[in-house]
Amino acid sequence: MVYLDNNATTPIDRRVYEAMSPYLFEKFGNPSTLYSIGAEARAAVEEARKRVADLVGARPDEIVFTGCGSESDNMALKGVAFAHMERGKHIIVSSIEHHAVLNTAAYLEKIGFEVTYLPVDRYGMVDPDDLRRAIRSDTVLVSIMLANNEIGTIQPVKELCSVSHEKGVLFHTDAVQAAGKLKIDVEELGVDLLSLSAHKIYGPKGVGALYIRKGTKIHPLIHGGHQERGRRAGTENVAGIVGFGKAAEIALQEMEEEAVRIAELRDRLEMGILERIEDVIVNGHPERRLPNTTNISFCYIEGEAIILKLASRGIYASTGSACSSDTLEPSHVLMAIGLSPEVGHGSVRFSLGKFNTADDVDRTLEVLPEVVSNLREMSPFWRRKNVQR
Amino acid sequence: MYSDKVIEHFMHPRNVGKIEDADGVGKVGNPVCGDVMWIYIKVKDGKIVDCRFETFGCAAAIASSSVTTEMIKGKTIEEALKITNKAVAEALGGLPPQKMHCSLLAEQGIKAAIEDYMRRRKKGEEKGA
Ligand SMILES: Cc1ncc(COP(=O)(O)O)c(C=O)c1O
Ligand code: FES
Repeated sequence: MVYLDNNATTPIDRRVYEAMSPYLFEKFGNPSTLYSIGAEARAAVEEARKRVADLVGARPDEIVFTGCGSESDNMALKGVAFAHMERGKHIIVSSIEHHAVLNTAAYLEKIGFEVTYLPVDRYGMVDPDDLRRAIRSDTVLVSIMLANNEIGTIQPVKELCSVSHEKGVLFHTDAVQAAGKLKIDVEELGVDLLSLSAHKIYGPKGVGALYIRKGTKIHPLIHGGHQERGRRAGTENVAGIVGFGKAAEIALQEMEEEAVRIAELRDRLEMGILERIEDVIVNGHPERRLPNTTNISFCYIEGEAIILKLASRGIYASTGSACSSDTLEPSHVLMAIGLSPEVGHGSVRFSLGKFNTADDVDRTLEVLPEVVSNLREMSPFWRRKNVQR
Repeated sequence: MYSDKVIEHFMHPRNVGKIEDADGVGKVGNPVCGDVMWIYIKVKDGKIVDCRFETFGCAAAIASSSVTTEMIKGKTIEEALKITNKAVAEALGGLPPQKMHCSLLAEQGIKAAIEDYMRRRKKGEEKGA
């Protein structure tokens, strides 16, 4: 199996699994109880909080554990919107956010907020001047992702954040894809809120975190017990949180070296495709891009067909975001960077991870040209090359 | 998400390509998903003797094209006109709801090819007369 869909999810690291398993069995206690197995679980959660905080240069008490990256995004948007609605009801997001942000923004619109969707250039970059112009006196939050899940483009978050702060507006960034791939420091970026998810960094599914800068006014989404200092009620997912902590610790140690190795593999794949297959377009920013991601449009054919043919040969990639696979429209990200719908439909995202090898890349380069030419033979556009670009 | 039959037709599509001297060509597309299907037919004595397709589209669209060309080969024009997208989907062992329109594309493709054939024949008769 050649797994090239690490932006969708990653396999769990064995060391993470080993760290977690005691908390499912002998150390199963509820962190809120007073006796020893509870205290043990509580200590483990706090240790994990420190490790996750370290991954992004935060203080442990600025980290709230959540049920997933989507929940972190929901909490950032709704929590800030609800806490500040007396001051204003306008928020700003980019047009290439993950659906966890976009659909939350759409929900807020439905209940009376106003949302501005910032455009991006052909590489997927937001222009800080566009943000400056979009901020109004009633703007309460700006949310722009650190790195895009489909094309890997890295936003100038530090700059965007300072534009936001100049006008006294809080800034959230979705760092779910950036974490573990790029060095992140909340102090340097200046952000007020930042979302993370464990399963993108070789941790378990179903656990995320939201960094909330000390002093930021925000409402909880889940009311109940006093867990997470009242910011997120519910008995903690102890084993999941411990796994997240371990994954964060490993990521911090190994990221620098891994990023270089993975970028080399990614470049080998990308160059190999460009050499072997004609009429392809590489999407995303040429330099400011996640080291593991390449998004490629194969003109004249359709992405789902490519994915299924590759899967039948044991190679797993995806068409843009996993959430888009059920909709018929081409990805909103690819539309936002200005691809035509035809070309957008023919796009495939290859996202590498730490378990990939050069053999995986070579195997893909062997199979992919065959798959593409086979589908092109079937396409009415191929020989005539009359698709509009 | 797909039945074995869909996957089988998708992986090994029948009757791919164009017919150079086709008697009718149907070109249809779905504006939402952007998929496009071209169906070529060859007609002799009121019967479809050959049928081929070219498709830009998803696996369901390719499988629908493939199974449809099989279904209409040997059929009379009248019989071919009765083929519905439901029949195409059934022949594929069913399609997921969001992919039913892919089979509709095949039904429309056949109808368009037959219309084109009729139009050409009418023109031919007018010229001949
Ligand atoms: C950029 C981005 N944000 C948010 C999410 C959602 O994370 P989760 O799957 O943990 O809810 C994802 C994952 O698909 C993502 O790529
Ligand atoms: S998705 Fe439109 S034809 Fe298949």
